[in-house]
Amino acid sequence: MPTHVINPKSWVDRYSDYLYNYTITRVSNHEIAQDLISETFLAGLKSMKNFKGEASERTWLISILKRKIIDHYRKINSNKGKAEVRMNYNNEDDAEGDWMEERVADPFDKTAEDTIENSELGNAIQNCLKKLPEKQATIFEMKTILDYDTETICNELNITASNLWVIIHRARTAMASCLEKNWL
Amino acid sequence: MIKLFLPCEEANHVCNKGQYKEASFLELIKLKIHLLYCNACKKHSARNTKLTEFMNKENSFKLTDAAKKALKTQIEKQLEQ
Repeated sequence: MPTHVINPKSWVDRYSDYLYNYTITRVSNHEIAQDLISETFLAGLKSMKNFKGEASERTWLISILKRKIIDHYRKINSNKGKAEVRMNYNNEDDAEGDWMEERVADPFDKTAEDTIENSELGNAIQNCLKKLPEKQATIFEMKTILDYDTETICNELNITASNLWVIIHRARTAMASCLEKNWL
Repeated sequence: MIKLFLPCEEANHVCNKGQYKEASFLELIKLKIHLLYCNACKKHSARNTKLTEFMNKENSFKLTDAAKKALKTQIEKQLEQ
């Protein structure tokens, strides 16, 4: 009897970080990871009718994601002309998400410690950021976390590039010494 | 003639730019040369690199809010069809 229900509207809030975490450790590229998650959600929507409710939504999504990651590597390999991926899975798109529910295990093995360590590091970084002067914190966040380019930050905050680098230098020095005290 | 020896202040500037992959190859070579003889900058450079590793590690496990918003929009559009 099905015990799990499917609710696509909550997928992003509930599973996107988890799926991202899972993907980035396997593809090591932010954009590819993001694309694979997007493809996973789309495939999940298309194959919702195949969800039997025997596994959790997360397990089901991970099983789709696993297939997307395999496809990604298969594509890379075939581009290089050296593909040798042997799969017995049903390749019909329509059946996507059907076989997986029965065959996949939830990947608790890989992420438990990583997640804990990462959430502690995240807290340490947030605490150190709070100790920076407001302008330094803003610029450091824009540059380091949000990955804005120098020109955009300079235009947005109306500062010169050399001014930005001075602020970045101060922020990085303060962050490094704060993290040395609170994290290492 | 190319100036190969950087003063400490400039070396730190290149080191910071390098953390964001904005330093040129030549600048990085000059920094490497500087680090061969300047222990203070060598120490600073090691800390700076460690900070980048931490920040990448922290960033690498999270999707940005913008990315999440895009995913939500994509799902909503698909559900409407």
